Amino acid sequence: MTLHPKISRCADPQLVNDWHSVADMATLATKRIHQTRLLGVPVRLEVHTNRQPTAQRMDLGIAIDSVEKYGFLWLCLGTPQRPPPEIPEARETDRHCVTGGSIALNVSGLRTVENFLDMGHFPFIHTDWLGVEPHTEVPPYKVEITAENEVLATECTFFQPVASPTAKGGFMVEYVYRILRPYTVCLYKSNPVQTSRMDSIYLFVQPVDEENCVAHPFLCYLKDGIDAPTVRWFMQLIFAQDKPILENQLPKRLPLDPRAETPIRADASSICYRRWLRDQNISYGAIPSAI
Amino acid sequence: MNEAAQRIWHPIASSTDLPFRHTYHGQLLGREFAVWRADDGYVNVWENRCLHRGVRLSIGINDGTELKCQYHGWRYANRTAGCTYIPAHPADAPARTICNQTYPAIERYGLIWSAEAPVGELAYIEVLSGSAVFPLRGIAVNAPAKLVMQKLVTYQFQPSGQIKGQTATSQLLSSSDDSCHLAATDGAHSTTAVFFVQPVDAGRSVIRGVLAETPADDLKRPVLYHHNQLLTALREQVEQEFSTLPQPAPFAPVIAPPSAPTLPDIDFDSPSPRGRSAPLRVQVSKKWMTALDIAAFDLVSITGQLPTYQPGAHIDVHMPNGLIRQYSLTNGPGETDKYTIAVKREAASGGGSLCMHGQVREGDVLAISEPRNNFPLRRDAIQTVFVAGGIGITPLLAMSRTLHHSGLPQTLHYFTQSRDHIAFPEILGTMAATVQHHLNLSPEETAGQLRGILESYKPAMHLYVCGPGPMLEATRKIADDLGWPEPAVHFEYFKNTNEIDDSSQFEINLARSAMTLQVAAGKTILETLRENGIELPSSCEQGACGTCVVDILEGEPEHHDVFLSDGEKQSGKRLMTCVSRAKSNRLVLDI
Repeated sequence: MTLHPKISRCADPQLVNDWHSVADMATLATKRIHQTRLLGVPVRLEVHTNRQPTAQRMDLGIAIDSVEKYGFLWLCLGTPQRPPPEIPEARETDRHCVTGGSIALNVSGLRTVENFLDMGHFPFIHTDWLGVEPHTEVPPYKVEITAENEVLATECTFFQPVASPTAKGGFMVEYVYRILRPYTVCLYKSNPVQTSRMDSIYLFVQPVDEENCVAHPFLCYLKDGIDAPTVRWFMQLIFAQDKPILENQLPKRLPLDPRAETPIRADASSICYRRWLRDQNISYGAIPSAI
Repeated sequence: MNEAAQRIWHPIASSTDLPFRHTYHGQLLGREFAVWRADDGYVNVWENRCLHRGVRLSIGINDGTELKCQYHGWRYANRTAGCTYIPAHPADAPARTICNQTYPAIERYGLIWSAEAPVGELAYIEVLSGSAVFPLRGIAVNAPAKLVMQKLVTYQFQPSGQIKGQTATSQLLSSSDDSCHLAATDGAHSTTAVFFVQPVDAGRSVIRGVLAETPADDLKRPVLYHHNQLLTALREQVEQEFSTLPQPAPFAPVIAPPSAPTLPDIDFDSPSPRGRSAPLRVQVSKKWMTALDIAAFDLVSITGQLPTYQPGAHIDVHMPNGLIRQYSLTNGPGETDKYTIAVKREAASGGGSLCMHGQVREGDVLAISEPRNNFPLRRDAIQTVFVAGGIGITPLLAMSRTLHHSGLPQTLHYFTQSRDHIAFPEILGTMAATVQHHLNLSPEETAGQLRGILESYKPAMHLYVCGPGPMLEATRKIADDLGWPEPAVHFEYFKNTNEIDDSSQFEINLARSAMTLQVAAGKTILETLRENGIELPSSCEQGACGTCVVDILEGEPEHHDVFLSDGEKQSGKRLMTCVSRAKSNRLVLDI
């Protein structure tokens, strides 16, 4: 298998030695060979009769570490330094914890993460669902890098006409955004029924190569008033609206030079994310900054 | 490697590719363009990227005056490609520096021509100088322009008058790297054609042919069909040949970073030109009496494209008599070929209105500042109410036209003495459903009307007021009485009629410049700064327009302006350097 000249192998040790979700286990038939790519490397997947997965790098012909977690198959091309992300609410029994239908996108996974953090596009891309004109203002919010080296945006609010499948009418929804790892992001969103608790959506982004990714959503919604298929349906609706926009971003990789694009105050979380990537020397899927 | 080719004009689209309010994706030497025609006919050729997040503008929405990005709704103006509105921050006027890259466009021979860095004018082609040229359909070819050109010079076709014949001979009259002239003759019939090859990318081209004569009506379709068929055959031949050759890598055009403000100054209040500079030269292209005692002026640039403006913006006009006056732009969205202002003749004029009415004539050249917007329009209201008194219509007209064009809910209440005092009636007539005239009312009657207009405030409604001081005061008072919160009430005074007591003396400490200055009695902060070599942008210099605002870090200001709202004045966070003074002995300013 040859690589496209623009698509190089990953030289970022942090990414090579980390876990990446590559498939919803439910989509992997037993005793079949499946193929995908991770960080530009072609990989062969197999799920055995006991539902245990194994994986192999096709370029080197060697076995690599694999594990099942949250209903997804996770791989590590190098030597894992830590387990896949820990999600406490996945153990809460009053939640639907479901995979949300994996979506392939012809754009860098870092652009996909950035889009996930962005509220400003709700009225334009998710019209009548997550936002609606003329309610376009992004009120100020807080962003920080935590002691755990995560990007955390809090006190985020936005007017939504249909905030979730159970929401009736519009209201100001509160969000918290958290970037756990360069290709892993999640949001917490106020639940319309149990207003003191939050639903959560994790996005495990598989960097297929620098300009292609697969977004694997994992949803932890309170069961109150909603069934699991509706949770999945809503996620797929939202993601299908994002896909054509993301695939029309130029360049496809995320520029880390602060001068390359024009951020505004509403982009505080993305400014922080780009800087955080730059400071950790993440270059895969990015256009490195000259400064 | 493309530098030479970038200097040459190439066709990038056919005129028919730009129907009403369409956005077309063009490409030349690997560089993508968003190509769109505004309702006024102007053809825009822009870098195909929103400055914000790089989304292609060719998937954007052409509303006839502006191009709106799909992703976050950023709007870019016809001609200038300057950003006019950022929906995520509705209260802010985007910095003038947020301006997309534009490329020149010429429409000729039924084609749209452009170039990345053209040298010289697009040359006229003698054989196409007639008015009846006939463009053929563009034929896209997956092969490099050079290879296409090699085949094109041998292209054989029938003259239009003998389209069914088979015995024509074609003769190559001339050729260059990207075009060739051919003549086909069959008996007494002859047709001259010019073929241009648009180099789309390293391995892709478009053949764009133009016949020197339009065929008779009944022959148009057979002629188009004839060339389509033959050029398609040529295309297949070239593509076949190209498939056996090494495939070139696509061109990689450099996308220059935007000239926009960079981190960390991502705020909107980017520095304006210093002082009261008037860098633009405009000519009065039209002067007319738009109402009793109100003269209107169309100003066109004699120094290049006029800068982007937003509704609510004003310019400084430097008059022949040396005075400087501020006038609001009345233009609708995308009307970037001129600025239109209106001046009321004031009996008690300080000389400004008399000069504009009496002295300034069509053809005169004036120096003006770039537009500044200290009265920005929110476009996220569920209902916008405009209250204009007399000449106060000018900024509100620009605002109302903007909302009208976007179909946003609004009412424009226009208080005048009589029908004869209504300015721009022809424009108001085009949006009659949104305009309510209130004629010849006493102050009491006006107040009564205003109470009716403002009686049912709901959240996300916004009020914009401009007019004579007493009316403005009355409107603000009534809005306050009827429960309108201060941030929903936006106003602009013509002038500051406050008596300013400038007898105090105090110290100012400039935090960023690390300077301490004494402001003497009779001197303003602005004058003191200027005498010490610090030039702040300023405009009216009487506390009305808001241009010379600065942030206060420490100390208690004494406000004398009419720009800030009462709440803003109480918070003591900002002052107008042209009139504000200090209650404390010392002010620390963020300069």
